[in-house]
Formats: sequence, C-alpha cells, structure tokens
Amino acid sequence: MQALSELILQAESEIDSADDLIALDAARVAYLGKKGLLTARMKGLGKLPPEDRPAAGQEINKAKQAVQAMFEARRTVLDDAALAKKLAEDAVDVSLPGRGISRGGRHPVSRAGARIERIFRDAGFGVRSGPEIEDDYHNFTALNIPANHPARAMHDTFYFPGGKLLRTHTSPVQIRSMVEEGVPIRIIAPGRVYRCDSDQTHTPMFHQVEGLVIDRGVSFANLKAVLHQFVESFFERDAELRFRASYFPFTEPSAEVDVLWGEGKWLEILGCGMVHPNVLRNAGIDPEEFTGYAFGMGIERLAMLRYGVTDLRTFFENDLRFLRQFH
Amino acid sequence: MKFAQSWLREWVEPKISTENLAHRLTMAGHEVESVEIEGEGLDGVVVAEVLSVRKHPDADRLNVCSVSTGSGEPVDVVCGAANVFAGMKSPFAVPGVKLPNGLKLRKSKIRGVVSNGMLCSAIELGLGDESDGIIELPQDAPVGAALSDYLHLPDAIIDLDLTPNRGDCFSVLGIARDVAALTGAPLRGPDLPKIASTIDDTHPVECPVPAACPRFVGRVIRNIDLAAKTPAWMTERLRKSGIRAIHVVVDVTNYVMMELGQPLHAYDLAQLQGCIRPRYAKPGEKVVLLDSREISLHEDTVVIADDSGVIGMAGIMGGLSTAVTERTTDVFLEAAFWPPEIMAGQARSYALHTDASLRFERGVDPAGQGRAIERATELLLAIAGGEAGPLVDRSSDEHLPARNPVTLTQARLRKVLGTDIPDETVAEILTGLGLEFGPVSGGWRVIPPGFRFDIDIEDDLIEEVARIYGYDRIPEATGIAEMPLGPVTETGIDLERVADTLVARDYQEVITYSFVDANSNKLVTGDTTELVLSNPISSAMSVMRGSLLPGMLAVAAMNVSRQQERVRIFEIGKSFHGTLENPLEIVRVAFLALGTDTREQWATKSQNIDFYDVKGDLEALMQMTGSESAFDVVPCEHVALQPGQAANIERDGEVVGVIGKLHPRIAKSFDLKKDVFVVEIDANEMFATSVPVAKSISKFPTIRRDIAVIVDEDISATQLVRAVESAVPDLVREVTIFDIYRSPGIEAGRKSVALGLILQETSRTLTDADADTAMNAAVQKLKQEFAAVLRD
Repeated sequence: MQALSELILQAESEIDSADDLIALDAARVAYLGKKGLLTARMKGLGKLPPEDRPAAGQEINKAKQAVQAMFEARRTVLDDAALAKKLAEDAVDVSLPGRGISRGGRHPVSRAGARIERIFRDAGFGVRSGPEIEDDYHNFTALNIPANHPARAMHDTFYFPGGKLLRTHTSPVQIRSMVEEGVPIRIIAPGRVYRCDSDQTHTPMFHQVEGLVIDRGVSFANLKAVLHQFVESFFERDAELRFRASYFPFTEPSAEVDVLWGEGKWLEILGCGMVHPNVLRNAGIDPEEFTGYAFGMGIERLAMLRYGVTDLRTFFENDLRFLRQFH
Repeated sequence: MKFAQSWLREWVEPKISTENLAHRLTMAGHEVESVEIEGEGLDGVVVAEVLSVRKHPDADRLNVCSVSTGSGEPVDVVCGAANVFAGMKSPFAVPGVKLPNGLKLRKSKIRGVVSNGMLCSAIELGLGDESDGIIELPQDAPVGAALSDYLHLPDAIIDLDLTPNRGDCFSVLGIARDVAALTGAPLRGPDLPKIASTIDDTHPVECPVPAACPRFVGRVIRNIDLAAKTPAWMTERLRKSGIRAIHVVVDVTNYVMMELGQPLHAYDLAQLQGCIRPRYAKPGEKVVLLDSREISLHEDTVVIADDSGVIGMAGIMGGLSTAVTERTTDVFLEAAFWPPEIMAGQARSYALHTDASLRFERGVDPAGQGRAIERATELLLAIAGGEAGPLVDRSSDEHLPARNPVTLTQARLRKVLGTDIPDETVAEILTGLGLEFGPVSGGWRVIPPGFRFDIDIEDDLIEEVARIYGYDRIPEATGIAEMPLGPVTETGIDLERVADTLVARDYQEVITYSFVDANSNKLVTGDTTELVLSNPISSAMSVMRGSLLPGMLAVAAMNVSRQQERVRIFEIGKSFHGTLENPLEIVRVAFLALGTDTREQWATKSQNIDFYDVKGDLEALMQMTGSESAFDVVPCEHVALQPGQAANIERDGEVVGVIGKLHPRIAKSFDLKKDVFVVEIDANEMFATSVPVAKSISKFPTIRRDIAVIVDEDISATQLVRAVESAVPDLVREVTIFDIYRSPGIEAGRKSVALGLILQETSRTLTDADADTAMNAAVQKLKQEFAAVLRD
C-alpha cells in the first residue's frame, strides 16, 4: 500500500493543478469523499491490530486535516481569482464625466459683496438696506448737500419728473438707519447706486457698500484702523494704505483711501471721513456727545482688483463665458 | 486747475522737488491729476532773427531765410512755414540738435538749397500740441539767447482736481498759500501795486441790489496801444493753464484771474451806454454773449445792464455788444463779488460753465476785487500803455460775507482725530494757513479770512489741522465698542441661500440694469410704468423695470447670439412699481432657462426642457420655506406667457409669483428661437418661513396602496391629491403621483392618474383592513367630486 505521505503529496499535486472550483471539488471527493482515498484509509483501520489503531488513526487524521487545509487554501485562491476576474470586467473609465446636473455660479459682484458683508458682519456690523428711488432730502440735503451745492455736480443724478431720483450713493441709508435705530450704531449698507455717466470706466449703475459707526469716543484713528484691517482681510494680504485729504459734504475731516498696488502705484479704493456734525444733527443726534465715521466703497472696483477684471463693463454685459469663471 | 510750476514757485519756493510737491498737494486734498514736464532737451535751440525771406528757387511752398543766430555770420535756412517774415523772432535749432519730438537735425540740402538748421514750431519743441507755423517770439526777445533761458524752461504743468469746498484754491495765489502752510516756505509775490491815476475819467456804476452785488470795483483805462501784443511769458503761462491768448486786454484779465482767483471783465468803454447797473433779469430779457450765443434769461439771474439793456450775465460771461475788439482803445475793467448763494446753480441752469462761474459759485475773496483791478492795470499799462483813471469801488459792507470767529478746542481735536497734536504744532499750522487766532481756555479762537468759505465750525478747523498735520501721522487705533448680540430672525429666508440653491441647480447669476427700455418693459409686464427717468442715458435705459425678465431676456438673447446653446440664469434684485409720488420697490428672484435639461453627456440623453423642469426648480425654493403645502400653482393668463403654460404661484391664496413658458411672440421679439421658461417671484412674500417645530417620528410601519383613476383632463393633479388627503386626513402621510396615462384605451378628453398613498397610524400598526377602509373612502371621495372611474 502507498505510504500516507505519498498520498498527501499526490493530493497536493492534484489540488494545485485544479484550476476551477469543479476540478477542485472532484479532487476533494477523490480524497475526502465517502469513497475517497483518505476516507478508505480510515475505514481500513479496523484491519490493524488494536494496539496500532490509535497511532495510525492519528496519522490519518493529520493527513486528512492537511489535505483539507490544502483544499481550503486552494479554494480561496480560486475564489479570489474568480472575483478578481468579475471585478476586472466591471471596471469603468473613471475619466468619463459623471451624470446629473452641473452647477451654476454667482456673479462676481455678488461674490465680492458677500465677502465684504461677511467681513463686517464678523466684526459686529449690522447689514441694512434702503430704497433705490430716493428723495432729494435723504440723498442730498440731509447729507449736508443743500440745493445748488457745487458737490451735486459731482453726482450726475438720474431724476424722475416731480423730483424723486435714483440714489447716487448708499449714504442715504446712513440717515434712515440713524433716524430709525438711533445710536450707538454699527452698520454697513450694500446696494445698487446710479449715476448718469457711461463710458469705459463708468457704468450708469454700480454697487456700493456704505459703512457707518456712531458711538461715544469714535475717532479718525478708529476709522483708519478699521479700513486698514478691512483691506487686508478682503485681499488676504498685507496692504499699505494712504489716507488723502479730500472733500465730501457729509464727512469732516474727509479722506480718500489709496492702496499700494503693484509697482509703487496708488489706487483709489474708497472714500471716508468723520460724520459731519450737521449730518448727525439732521438725524437728531447730539454731535457733542457722539462722534462717528462713515465710509463708502465701490464693490465693482474691489471685485476688479480681487479677481483681475480689467473692464468694468463686462460685469453688466453678463456674457456667460465671463461669468462662469467665478463659480 | 492747470498751472505752470514756475508760476507757483514765483509765489512760494519750497525746497522740494516737483515730485514731492505734487505728492504734498495730493495728500493735502488737492489731487494732482498729472504733472507734465515741458521744454526738456532744448539745448542748442536759441532765439534767432529772420533777416530776410526769399522764395526757394525750386519749390513754391518753401522759403529760404537768412537767419541771425546772434553769433557769427547769418545762415541760410529753408523754411516751409507760411507765417515766416523778415524781422520775425523765432526759435532756431542748429544742426546736431535732437529735438524733443525725436527729430535729429542735420545740415542738409532741400531741393538743392543747403539748410543750416531749422526754425521751429511749438509741436516740434514739445511746447504744447497746437502749432500755427513756427513760433513767433516777441520783438524784444534777445537774439542768441538760449530758448530755455528766455522761456524759463523746462517747466512742469501741474493739473489739480480741486474739491468744490476750496474756491480759494482756484488760483496760483491760493495754491501757494496752501503750499506755504504745508511746507513752511514763506509766501511771497509780486508786490501788489497801487496805480496812481493819470486821468480823472470814471464810468458811472450803481448797485440797486446790494445783496446780489455787494462789491463792484471798476476803472477806466484809455488810449491802449492797438498794436501791443501779449508778451510770450504771459501767453506761455496762459497756455500752460489751458487758456488761449486772444487779445491783450482779455489775456491780462485771464492772467489776473489765474493768478489771484478773481475773474475780471473788460468792456469796450465806447460801447457802454450810460450807467452800469447789476440787477436781476426782467421777464423775457435776452442777451447775446461773447461767444455769440443768445440766452433767454431767468428772473433769478443777476445781470449787468446799462441803458441799452443787458450787457452781461453776472459771474458767468460778458455780452457781445460791449466786448473789447481789435479796435478798442478805451476799456472799463470790472471786478465784482457775486456771492456764492446768488451764483449757485446759475451756470448749470444755462449749461454755461465758465472759468468765472466756477470761481464765483465756490466763492472768491470778497476783499480781492481792488487788488485784482490794480494788478490788471499794472500789467496792461506795462504791455499796452494807456492812461488809468481812478479806482471806483461800490461796496455794501453789510452784504459782504462776514466770517464769525470759531473756537477750536484741544479736547474736541483729540476726540475727533483720536490722537494728540501738541498745542505748539496746532498753533504753527494755524499760523501757516494765515488764520488770525488767539488763545482761549483749552484752545484757540480763530477768525477765518474772508476767502475761506469752508471754515464755519470747529470741525472745519479740525479738518484743516489734520490736513496740514498729515493724515498719515494719525495712528491707527482699533475701536472698542459694546457688542450686543442683535436679534437673528429665522422667519425669513436669507437670499444668499436662495442664490446658493439656484446655483446648485445649474443657474448662473446675472446682474442687469434696473432701467430698461419702455417697450420691452411693457411687453413683459403689460403695464406702462410711470417711473420714467427724466434724463436717461439712452432710450434703452429709460424706465424702471417692472420685472427682472426684460433685462434677463436680453442677456439670454445676447448669449444665444454668442453660441451659447443652454442658458440658465437668475437674478435677485428689485422691480419698481407704484407712482412717482409713491414708488414701490419689490425684491424679486427670477430665473430663466432655455435649451436642454443637462449639458451634453455621454450616458444620459439630454432633452429640451419643459415646464416641469423649471417647476422642479421652483419647488426646491418652496421646500426651503418648510411650508410647501401652502403653495398652489394655479393656471392664469399672463401677457408674457403662453396660454396653457402660465400659472400664478400662490401662497395661502395670495399670488407671490408666476411661472410659465414665454409667449412665442415675445420670445421672437427678443430674437429667441428656443422655448424659454421663466419664473419670477416676490422674495418677501414667497420666503416667509416658519420656525420648524419637530414632531416625533412614528415607529409603526407604513402601508402603501396605489390606485389609478380616470378623470377629465381639466381636473388638476393638485385637486386629486387634496381630495385624497381630505378623505382620510388622519392616515395619509403622503400622496405621490407616479403616472399619467392617456389614450389608447382611455376616451378622449380623459386621462388616467396613478396615485400612490402612504398610510400610517401614529399609535398602532395599521392593518390591511384599515388600509382597505381608507382606500374606499378615498375612492368614494374621488368619485363624488370628480366623477372619477377606478381603473383596473
């Protein structure tokens, strides 16, 4: 009779050469099945002298376990291969575009406006709005620009019959907010404004953000700090600012603010100043007790600098190929 | 205001470069628009005299000139300028010189004649951009002198953008005063003369309305030399200020205006008829101005009149009838103070902005009229001779502006600026500005000079101190403020979220103008708005939009014309309604789609969008409110939408917007060929929302039952769903419509609607028997209300 060890080797060889589950199962039956070779050996134990049986039985059991382990190992290999084959067939071209709707985008002016709003909200400013069709009082007179003041010539105002007008700046919201809410007040007011001017660097409609802070002890030094911090926050970099003396009827002292841009070039980005005592009085506020500052900036201007837009007019042309760049 | 730096430096000479001077002016509120250096690189250009002129033998248009250059023998020069004449003085460039325009001069033959240099025009020398032949220098120009020495070149032309509050700066003197304050350099100037009269002639002046003309100073000058020419130094300075030389008398008045800020007017004395009277214009009066324009005068306009009628508009422009001409030998000079409040708006109301009106409406020095007349007389006598009469001054002191003392306190200065400026520094600044002041407790009492119309209150002085001290020297200080947390409402939807939702659904935001053309506005809204601009940029932007759609449709059309096949855009902005007295602004959200539902995609067949694509987007917005069931989409008629595909969006029965397919006729008028679907909603009405109140989720299972009913076509889906919900209100959790089927098999005019009901009990597990009962109730209701037939 064949030695048990040889039988194991023979089984191993048959198992390893089985290259599918059917062949493997045939081999299993041939060795471990009811009529299998190892099963037969077990049955043959009875023919041995009783004293040899335990040792021989142990040998056969070990052999069965070894062969069983071989089967299982081989089955795992074959299972894995089968799965791998199936998965390989399921492979997709991951570079093909996905299904479903794509995404639109925000307008760059909204995007910049939202960014400005966020920065000031984070610093505790409220956000206010006001009418775009304004009256002369809120747009001019209350802001210390009486009728026929030469400063009105700077505004190129759109008028309606009867005297109403399209607001030329967001400053009327200062007056409305101070009257409605009183002081102390810390607000910004973003929105559309209108000037009767249209050329390469002017559109008849554009967007401004007004800022207003009134409290006890608010100073020009505070104004300088808040605008410097704002510019650095908006552009996410260190910025050098210069405050130039200027003139707005509703602030005093007044300043225009330039930012150092590129090679030693100063670019004007906003106007500001301490709120004129007459403006405070017009809103029923005592200028001896309260002081404050106001500023106004053009959102398009900031958006152009931030996003590298070189032609203001493209903002309102709304060419989708232009707008899609702003996601 | 434009002026030559050399002129300014005659009045104040700070030891700083041109660049630094420009910087200081800009920082102090006089923004320098440009600095243009003129007359550089003119070495080798000298004053020359043309001794003789003879025709070029071989060229009709050329002359051969014999030119004396002051050294050596006269040289022959070929000259093409038509204005050359024997005896003319002109700039001459010798061979080897490279002119500012890049031309390198060589000794050359022109049509066979040797030319030893060039007589030059202004353009060739970089002295302005106008040339009328070669430059004619005055007869007294020294032959052989370097041109740059003679004309004080190079020089910088400084152009300032002055603010309207600083009328006092519209002159070389005014700028010089500020430069002196800024730099500490002393202000100096030509000593202002008192001209002794040599004749007794005067012309009568009466001021019947002293409030409108508180000061009128005049002088007669006779026997001016008709041949006198304005000297080069003066015409050059005027040119650099952008003023053309016209006539010696006019040039002198312009020069004095630029120098001292006081506009002057010169009348031809021979043309004046009787007493000069400044007064208000009478009804129907007219005047023909210097520039020959005829103006119909308003009654609130101050004019200068004599016995012949109106001879000028006060502070704006003189009249033609009394203007100086080439034959004028006797003149009457006028310098008046027209108060800013009288001048305000006048020039604008006639669209007549002049150098004079610019200054008067901002305020000229009320004490400067006599000085200006004296200066003009001095210059005129020196240039054109003549004899001056006595100065006549008609003043009404009580009507001249009074300057009240203003107190500046150190406490307020510190409070407003947020920094300490030492007392000595403040005093130095006030002194530098030429302000009269004395100490008072805690500050200074300042008497502003008459020409500073901008100093009225303490903060005006604070601004002056800050401006001269330098804004850049004020430190930054982060403000400290109480920061109460304000209310944050949750019952309205942030439009940022609406925008984000639309962006996520493939809409691109646009921003269109708030004004549109009247036709497209009417086409889309069906209304003619009252809100029409009086002064629109163009007719295409003349009325306030009553809808966001006209602008968006134009954007869609423009993009389609630029090969965009799919356009999906939205806008958030106001539409304008109501009357001129009571305009109403409504914040709206509008979106528009045309083209396919998805971008071209390899695995999905994209198809043209229909009503339900945009309705799905609308529903996404409804869902944001948490009250989707409060909305109804109800068929309607709309002027801009296609019948049968137009609906009002209602919330609790109130219309909050519209949805539909753009009427093909309107699409065509916008040149849109594809189907366009639009939604426009009123944001405040639509997006009111409730704070969610959580209910516990039932842990009992749901049962789904489906039914299909055949109903008439005009029964809406909503009607069916509402009926089912009301039939078994306690059990129905959700009703979905999962199929709509029409013939074959269904009679015409009817349709089959398949409804899926999800049923659930909150307190126990629902039995099949419960579900059966519920379904029966639902079917009964549908039968009763809509004559529905259950489909097998």
